[in-house]
Amino acid sequence: MTDLITIQINGDDRAVSAHMTLLELVKSLDLDERGVVVELNREIIRKPRLSETRIKGGDRVELVHFVGGG
Amino acid sequence: MAAKNDTALEIGGESFTSRLMVGTGKYKTNQEMVDAIAASGAQIVTVAVRRVDLDRSKDEAILHHLDPKKLFLLANTAGCYTTEDAIRYARLGREAGFNDFIKLEVIGDQDTLLPDTVGLIEATKTLAAEGFKVMAYTNDDLLTALKLEDAGCAAVMPLASPIGSGLGLLNPYNIRTIKSRLSLPVIVDAGVGTASDACITMEQGVDGILMNTAIAEADDPVAMGRAMGLAVEAGRCAYLAGRMPRREIAIPSSPTRGMLG
Repeated sequence: MTDLITIQINGDDRAVSAHMTLLELVKSLDLDERGVVVELNREIIRKPRLSETRIKGGDRVELVHFVGGG
Repeated sequence: MAAKNDTALEIGGESFTSRLMVGTGKYKTNQEMVDAIAASGAQIVTVAVRRVDLDRSKDEAILHHLDPKKLFLLANTAGCYTTEDAIRYARLGREAGFNDFIKLEVIGDQDTLLPDTVGLIEATKTLAAEGFKVMAYTNDDLLTALKLEDAGCAAVMPLASPIGSGLGLLNPYNIRTIKSRLSLPVIVDAGVGTASDACITMEQGVDGILMNTAIAEADDPVAMGRAMGLAVEAGRCAYLAGRMPRREIAIPSSPTRGMLG
């Protein structure tokens, strides 16, 4: 059984597998990492670093993209 | 098609084909948005940075519908009420996008969406130092515009009237004054309601116009997109042509000599 940790994703608490990388997290949410920007505890994590950055309990992750706007 | 004696619009070292810039918000469908942008001839289109909706992300992602090879995507900081938020959104926008340009908004009041010009100048300094090409949405106020120019903007974007109001150009004098005193491009942003507003705005000599609601909320956004493209071009041509003076008396257009006796 996988250990679960609680992190905040886009403002909501979610239980996710411990030791995941950010890239694995993005993929687990059925998102294409090319189309999202990841912010971890207010720091932008660039694409090459997503696979080497592991999440830990209490992390605040923001996943953003472009939407229509003026 | 520009007037014969016109030059290309240059902002932050980039050259653009159209003086009309359009937003991508409020359209009923993505297809309608794509068609309206194409009809307008706009090259620069603005987009907003928002959280991915984890339940239905595929509907909202706008990059599936806009080709960044054909359109210049300009991220905005709409919805930001503090300098800190605007800087955060600008950095996210640069990371999500394809260039260093940001349409910087620091909103100061929820009812009018008028800018917090003090916060705007602060955010401009920070972002310009980070290499951003800042296009700053501001009041039609000369002193603020001059300070934005000093702060390192790439373009200053005074409003015609409040965002989404459709009230048209409320103070042509202020816009002309800003244009005459700044060496940076002046792009009027917000408040245009219909084609005549766009034309009158361009006749003041500004370098371009950015609009969203006037096209998106028209009954037929594709037809209005075309109308706005034509109006911006007409206004620009008229400005370059140089209008006749206003007179409070009539002067006949036909010869007064040669009338029958």
